[in-house]
Amino acid sequence: MPNDHLVRLVGLSKAFVKGKERIVIFDRLDLSIAAGDFVAVMGPSGSGKTTLLNLLGGIDRPDGGQLAVDGERVDRLSESDLARWRAGNVGFVFQFYNLMPMLTAAQNVELPLLLTRLSKQQRRAHVETALKVVTLSDRSKHYPREMSGGQQQRVAIARAIVSDPKLLLCDEPTGDLDRATADEILATLRLLNGEFGKTIVMVTHDPAAAKYARRTLHLDKGRFSERELAA
Amino acid sequence: MSDFLLIRKYLFRRKLRAGLMLVSIAIAFLIFGVLAGFERAFNAGEDVAAADRLVVVNKINFTQPLPVAYFNRVGSVDGVRQVTHLNWFGGYFQEPKNFLIVLAVEPQSYMAVYDDQLAIAADARQAFVRERTGALVGEAMAKKWGWRVGDRVPIMSNIFTQKNGSRTWDFTIVGTFAGRKPQVDTNFMVFQYAYFNETQNLGKDMIGWLALNTTSPAANEGVAKAIDRMFANSPHETSTDTEKAFNKAFAAQLGNIALIVTLVVGAAFATILMIVGNTMVMALRERTREIGVLKTIGFSGVRVLRLVLGESVLLALLGGVPGIACAALFAAAMETRVGNFIPGFAVTPGIAVTAVLLMLLFGILTGLIPAVHAMRLKIATALGRS
Repeated sequence: MPNDHLVRLVGLSKAFVKGKERIVIFDRLDLSIAAGDFVAVMGPSGSGKTTLLNLLGGIDRPDGGQLAVDGERVDRLSESDLARWRAGNVGFVFQFYNLMPMLTAAQNVELPLLLTRLSKQQRRAHVETALKVVTLSDRSKHYPREMSGGQQQRVAIARAIVSDPKLLLCDEPTGDLDRATADEILATLRLLNGEFGKTIVMVTHDPAAAKYARRTLHLDKGRFSERELAA
Repeated sequence: MSDFLLIRKYLFRRKLRAGLMLVSIAIAFLIFGVLAGFERAFNAGEDVAAADRLVVVNKINFTQPLPVAYFNRVGSVDGVRQVTHLNWFGGYFQEPKNFLIVLAVEPQSYMAVYDDQLAIAADARQAFVRERTGALVGEAMAKKWGWRVGDRVPIMSNIFTQKNGSRTWDFTIVGTFAGRKPQVDTNFMVFQYAYFNETQNLGKDMIGWLALNTTSPAANEGVAKAIDRMFANSPHETSTDTEKAFNKAFAAQLGNIALIVTLVVGAAFATILMIVGNTMVMALRERTREIGVLKTIGFSGVRVLRLVLGESVLLALLGGVPGIACAALFAAAMETRVGNFIPGFAVTPGIAVTAVLLMLLFGILTGLIPAVHAMRLKIATALGRS
């Protein structure tokens, strides 16, 4: 496993205010994730798994501490810089796919490339490659409603990798799928990690899904405990 | 794919809703186009009025006549360059519903005073002066009734009768005239006052009103006062005003109707726009999660704002342009029916440009609140992840 740290959290704090109550999610949390790692994050509901992904992906901000991804201090970026940073550095995969229903598979995958300076032909080539990686080249003109849940999630993965980000953040990517389809999706993620060197952080409740990761972190009350699982 | 395609896809995502919104906007701009056409017609007289032209009417009411002798007396007032007199004939062709604007005029002075508005060929001018029963017909009227030079047309009056009891006057069309400006309405005809005065048996040697050109607009006020002073304390006192004011007062007779039309259709227009605006807000609210996804992917707040505004502006244009086109077609179709009563009723390029500007404004106004909301929306909130 590569040793360079792609993600580094130092003394990270995050709390939410609900009514008059202040709920502390993380209090001086430290975490390092090496480039090329595939980390599963498990834990009970409310343990802060989703908040962790939000922070790592720059869609939420920490209250304190440092968050660096590939050497870039994400916690210091402005809103517009964060948007730019997300476009180039992070791919997201959601539990419910979150595809645009009025766009075809290819158009959904192309969305992140609208933020680049690539030509139409270059964008098309990138989209074809991404769909080929997830073995959906033959479905490029299909709309989400014409595809199964597993196929939609593979389109979502293609969308996440089309701009070639280093970090993939997956939030319960198999939570809405049957076992066989979930295994296909997880195999795809393992392929992206093993063959394409993507660093993956995957939140899951499913121990079987976590087995696809190189290591599993258990999050409880804002603290990690680690268990190594066989890859 | 481009941002425009994305906007288009969003707009037509729910085809029925998009269709209904487009129809609503089209109706709103159809109403606007028709209303603006009416308003333009009502105000057309003001637009073509010459700055140096005054109109002299009976002080009691402009429907009351004046003695024809005033023609020469007004002509002698200092500052009057040329003067003519006109008389409302109240004509119709074949049956009363075919109402026509027909004026009995003194040919030479009439053509001189209105030379800035009416383009009349030299041979037509000469024939009009020469032929006692000759009539000059505006191009719009000639076209409408298919009349040509040389045709003999019987025109009836719903006001005057001839000495022999007949209400019909026979005219020979000796020429046509065109407007020197697009706003000049040519849906009327003129014939010789001498023929009219000689044959009619109601109020001989009386005229409807006088029109005159002053030496300069600066002289208007002094000339008007001098004329009214000249006829003060006479049986036929006068009221002299600029042609613009006269036309405005004439149009004001229809003012209440125009106001009612304006209020009713204006309310309908505003209501439809509010409904569409509200639907637009609802449609965007349903899409909160997708906006969150776009932002997650890396779309900036400003870019999301542009997408939402682009959608509302596209919606306004796609609905509004057919609407204003329908208004233009409606006005063209109605021109033959209402042209006699409301000359100049049309959707002009100026109205169309105003409509397009309104569409842009409408698009921005209806899209602004949801666009700003989308721009400020926090991703975690949009995705329900906080």
